[in-house]
Amino acid sequence: MTKTPLTAPPVAPAQAGAGGNPVKRFLSATEIDTRLLGMLAALLLIWGGFHLYGAIVNGNGAFLTPRNLWNLSVQTSSIGIMATGMVLVIITRNIDLSVGSLIGVTGMTMGILQVDILPQIFGLGHWSIWIITCVAGIALGALIGAFHGWLIAYRGIPSFIVTLGGLMVWRGMAFIANGGKTISPVDSTFALLGGGPGGNVGATGSWIVGLIACAGVVWLLVNGRRQRIKHEFPLRPIWAEVTLGAIGCGAIIGSVLLMNAYPLPRGILRQMDLPDDAFVSHGFAIPVLIMIAVGIAMTILMTRTRFGRYVFAIGGNPEAAALAGINTRWMTLKIFALMGALSGLAAIIASARLNSATNALGTLDELYVIAAAVIGGTSLAGGVGTIYGAILGALVMQSLQSGMVLIGFDAAIQRIVVGVVLVLAVYLDNLYRARTK
Amino acid sequence: MTMNKGTPLVEMRDISISFGGIKAVDHVSIDLHPGEVVGLLGHNGAGKSTLIKCLSGAYQKDTGEIYVNGERAEINNPRDARNYNIETIYQTLALADNLDAASNLFLGRELVTAAGFVDDAQMEAETRKIMARLNPNFRKFNVPVSALSGGQRQSVAIARAVYFNAKILIMDEPTAALGPQETQMVAELIQELKRQGLGIFLIEHDIHAVMDLCDRAVVMKNGQRVGTVNVDEVTDDDILGMIIMGKKPAKAY
Repeated sequence: MTKTPLTAPPVAPAQAGAGGNPVKRFLSATEIDTRLLGMLAALLLIWGGFHLYGAIVNGNGAFLTPRNLWNLSVQTSSIGIMATGMVLVIITRNIDLSVGSLIGVTGMTMGILQVDILPQIFGLGHWSIWIITCVAGIALGALIGAFHGWLIAYRGIPSFIVTLGGLMVWRGMAFIANGGKTISPVDSTFALLGGGPGGNVGATGSWIVGLIACAGVVWLLVNGRRQRIKHEFPLRPIWAEVTLGAIGCGAIIGSVLLMNAYPLPRGILRQMDLPDDAFVSHGFAIPVLIMIAVGIAMTILMTRTRFGRYVFAIGGNPEAAALAGINTRWMTLKIFALMGALSGLAAIIASARLNSATNALGTLDELYVIAAAVIGGTSLAGGVGTIYGAILGALVMQSLQSGMVLIGFDAAIQRIVVGVVLVLAVYLDNLYRARTK
Repeated sequence: MTMNKGTPLVEMRDISISFGGIKAVDHVSIDLHPGEVVGLLGHNGAGKSTLIKCLSGAYQKDTGEIYVNGERAEINNPRDARNYNIETIYQTLALADNLDAASNLFLGRELVTAAGFVDDAQMEAETRKIMARLNPNFRKFNVPVSALSGGQRQSVAIARAVYFNAKILIMDEPTAALGPQETQMVAELIQELKRQGLGIFLIEHDIHAVMDLCDRAVVMKNGQRVGTVNVDEVTDDDILGMIIMGKKPAKAY
């Protein structure tokens, strides 16, 4: 540990500006993104606000309960997954207005596939039906996205126009696909992916997930420190590393406890032949785990691979990216294909959750997805954005939405509030960026 | 000059390129030898940058041939040019403002770990090494290059060209945005690279910089080559005459 004092001096100039303020010193030593803290604070404010409003005005604070927060996590999944893809699209100075309609057309196609076609081939309830359906849905989404990307990159049509056309075309296709009729119910294994009855991993499963995640946090910190020592970069003080680890593991264990605190309802206990007073935990819902997995995979893609590096480079300076030998057109096509594939994945969750495929599935989702990415700090000017920000943004949008339902605001008020919050969030972000520049 | 014997490092023969009927470069031939600095001069719109972009792969020539070390070279994009060890410092610097110095330096040629992930720590370490040589005062390794001064940005662009063992270096007005001290630094760097045997194309407006740094000067006007001179055989007035009036002095060829 003689390294620590040795490498301490290079840190000093960076910290000199922080002065004696302990909060600033803490933030600078732990290298926590202050923007992330701001978003978390906003989220807690929204949650606390709804809970208090419910408690005071309606005499029932229902927001900060395991049940509501569990539902909130499930409701966020589909938008959150798409928002991670929208980050890439917006970073490269494009937009995708068609994701909601993509949900409709891929959801409908998967509905027809798993209810009308595959059972005739394999027999009803065959184990492979849900797998084939999911692969087909994601592949169809990727294909449509790639087609949009091709029109944008190789035919020079602005992404706004291509995907505005796509918004209408694919919604129409979703209607035509089954003559406007809803398909229900879906394959029983497929339905689990939506987090409905049985679509959760229980108490033990959640603990396993939580412990793996904690191990991951510790590994990231240790490995990061090892890399810094190897290259003789400035190190974080040990207390900062320990604090970061404690916060990370604490948040993970807290969410496991929270998810496990919500018991299965009586109806499902009866189906499972358990007594009414048994306490069986929900644990994490499957769609939430899918969203977390997507979030981690996309974060690795954006921060640890050449692909991600090129996405940022194209957003920062398309001309420079091309001069550096990056095939910017091919990149654009791939980004839109990825967005399409994530829309297909979101369609799996959305239709599984409804236990049906309807042609209206995902209507207006494009706006929530774009809003989530933008609230999460993705700049419409391009070049800036994070995956975790987009997922948090989706959580903020969904918290507003379900919070207002919970305290009994009607749909008109909900829209007004969501619209105002979107504009306000971007304005505050502008102020923040101007101040930190 | 005595050094212009043997196979040239680069030879661009009879290059033409036009945009929508306008001939930006009209049957121009130039060459470059190892350890030589060739200045490209001319008014704005004379075709210097366009000609040189055919070599760096940013544009594709309509007709003509490019030879590198006497062998026919196919350069269709920037990646091809880099494979021939041709590096370019663009007038606009061509930096992605939102990325840090290391990411810019290695853009398109990232160092990766055994698992195929970008090795940011290694790239930053390499960047620190080369910066210690080029610009010892450079400290801002962890901020986007948009937060750097003009000179600092320039040194990132130069580091990018130098790091990858360029044999042929194209510099498009490298000192346009720099203060006197930084300009001096670039001049010293050019001399140093020249000693190492690199060939350098220097696009430059400042006639004094050309007289100081270049061995030969090629003057272009309206997409055509006015002439080529050995810098130590002519005066700056001769060169100015070529640039402004297209007047070819007796010593030119």
